[in-house]
Amino acid sequence: MSKIVMNSNAFMTRKDVVCFGVLAVLLLAVFPTVLDPFRLNLFGKYITYGFVALGLVLCWGDTGILSLGQGVFFGLGGYCMAMYLKLEASTVEATKIQSTPGIPDFMDWNQLTELPYIWKPFHHLGFAIVAIPLVPVVLALVIGFAMFKRRVGGTYFAIITQALASILTILIIGQQGYTGGVNGITDLRTLDGWDIRTDGAKLILYFGSAILLLASMVLAQFIRRSKLGRILVAMRDKEDRVRFSGYDVASFKIFVFCFAAALAGIGGAMFTLQVGFMSPSLVGIVPSIEMVIYCAVGGRTSIFGAIYGTLLVNYARTTFSEDLPQVWLFAMGALFIAVVMVFPDGLAGIYRRYVDPHVERLLGVTRKPAGQITTSDTASAVVE
Amino acid sequence: MSQTVTDFLLAVEGLTVSFDGFKAVDDLSLYIDPNEIRVIIGPNGAGKTTVLDLICGRTKASAGSIKFRGTELTTMKEHQIVRAGVGRKFQNPSIYEDLTVLENLEISFPRGRSVFGALGFRRDAEVRDRIEEVAAMIFLSDFLNMQAEYLSHGQKQWLEIGMLLIQDPALLMLDEPVAGMSVSERKKTAELLHRIIQHRSVLVIEHDMGFVADIAHKVTVLHQGRVISEGSMAAVQADPRVVEVYLGH
Repeated sequence: MSKIVMNSNAFMTRKDVVCFGVLAVLLLAVFPTVLDPFRLNLFGKYITYGFVALGLVLCWGDTGILSLGQGVFFGLGGYCMAMYLKLEASTVEATKIQSTPGIPDFMDWNQLTELPYIWKPFHHLGFAIVAIPLVPVVLALVIGFAMFKRRVGGTYFAIITQALASILTILIIGQQGYTGGVNGITDLRTLDGWDIRTDGAKLILYFGSAILLLASMVLAQFIRRSKLGRILVAMRDKEDRVRFSGYDVASFKIFVFCFAAALAGIGGAMFTLQVGFMSPSLVGIVPSIEMVIYCAVGGRTSIFGAIYGTLLVNYARTTFSEDLPQVWLFAMGALFIAVVMVFPDGLAGIYRRYVDPHVERLLGVTRKPAGQITTSDTASAVVE
Repeated sequence: MSQTVTDFLLAVEGLTVSFDGFKAVDDLSLYIDPNEIRVIIGPNGAGKTTVLDLICGRTKASAGSIKFRGTELTTMKEHQIVRAGVGRKFQNPSIYEDLTVLENLEISFPRGRSVFGALGFRRDAEVRDRIEEVAAMIFLSDFLNMQAEYLSHGQKQWLEIGMLLIQDPALLMLDEPVAGMSVSERKKTAELLHRIIQHRSVLVIEHDMGFVADIAHKVTVLHQGRVISEGSMAAVQADPRVVEVYLGH
């Protein structure tokens, strides 16, 4: 007869530790050694998209909620950071040539004579740090309540999130005096007095992003390996059964949507810090869909796959854009079609099928029953 | 002394639901005592499954009331009805095919049902003991680690029954529990049902008359959304209206 073991130590198997180790070495040792400062900064930017892809693994891959508006949350986090940085850059001293010194330059150009109320709290770094995950979460909470409590899902939900991305872009561009309009918020200089434009600062920000991403992945892993994680997968496949097991399905969907929004917000803030500006072109429909593609290429049911997918697609994008800019969009489209038609589980699916068996033999891990390959991420904590 | 509504475990009164003018259930009343085993029979399209859907909140009633231990169910959400003590087995086995038998039972264990409760849920001794107990009862002790997808049809039915059982509901509703089973599976299931229906009320939809005669305390016959006969198996079988619409065919 089978024996059931406690799952207290099941949240990381030996294999997970190895996977985390490989990624950590790659991000924290290999990239900083082999890449020049300019390339490393680009990879730092790619990492910030990794936060969004990670959120999509839980939200889309596990729970089946496809959001085509993650750019909104990325943007909200990014703008919260940009607002703080902009205020710090707009000292009376630095803006004395303006007709109203002490306010951001674009406000002065738009004939604003006073700092708007929503900007005022962003004088404080503490407020900005809290707002970065919280503002996206509050918006996700409102949308989640409105949609999931009414059982709106699937395609309808995807369309609504896409509309949201469109609305936010229009709002930002239209309210030029408050948001910087189509140019975004630019000319960001210091974070609490620390110059973020130097190579040294960029190196530190790269490491900060990488470590934060790894920490977020550990948290995501913890959620996925808990009963909550299994309920998310169960909801994707048999929503009614979960409901009739006594769970309020909507609240679980709201939770995972908010979690993905918070991660996207953090990614957006790290983006602003490393790239030095935030603009509406980074938060609209197109970037939102690209974020879904990163996740799909990597494998939407694997947190590692999603991160590798993000890095790879972005690297390819940069390379193509430099050499054959006109080809890139076609290549991206072809890639997405290929993922959908040929390898629906993305890179992670290919890895699981062809590479994983060899790795397991190497590690001396016993093979699970064949049927569990597709759900190896939610592997049971059971031994014979 | 006559019974009042509050003496019943479940009191359904004047229940009506119409889909685009078609009344699938029409002014139906039904009373179930504690520890009673009630079987609903009737021809296809009589509204049997719809009655279960209405009780468990899957379909909203157009009119009427459903009182469970004196609480009105028609205004409650599905998960609240489950937590109040009503368990429902679907006609086709409804289990989580990607998860193992163990995980299927664990998700059904009535603890950690809130978001953060689920996050902090631990498989402690109480959970393990209960899962092992239920698994033994549904003949799946040796299959705990198997992915549910690979179980036979009968085993899937048992697993779903086990998922209900682990919640220990006061009212258990089963929709054709022996349908599609082999003879030996059917025999084992009947045995299983006999054991699990002790100390609780059960509402069963079933076509297998041998099985019905075996378990039913009382039989309710539905036809076109209405109750046409109710009573003991013998009384129902002797009712000329029942013979005409159902048993005679």
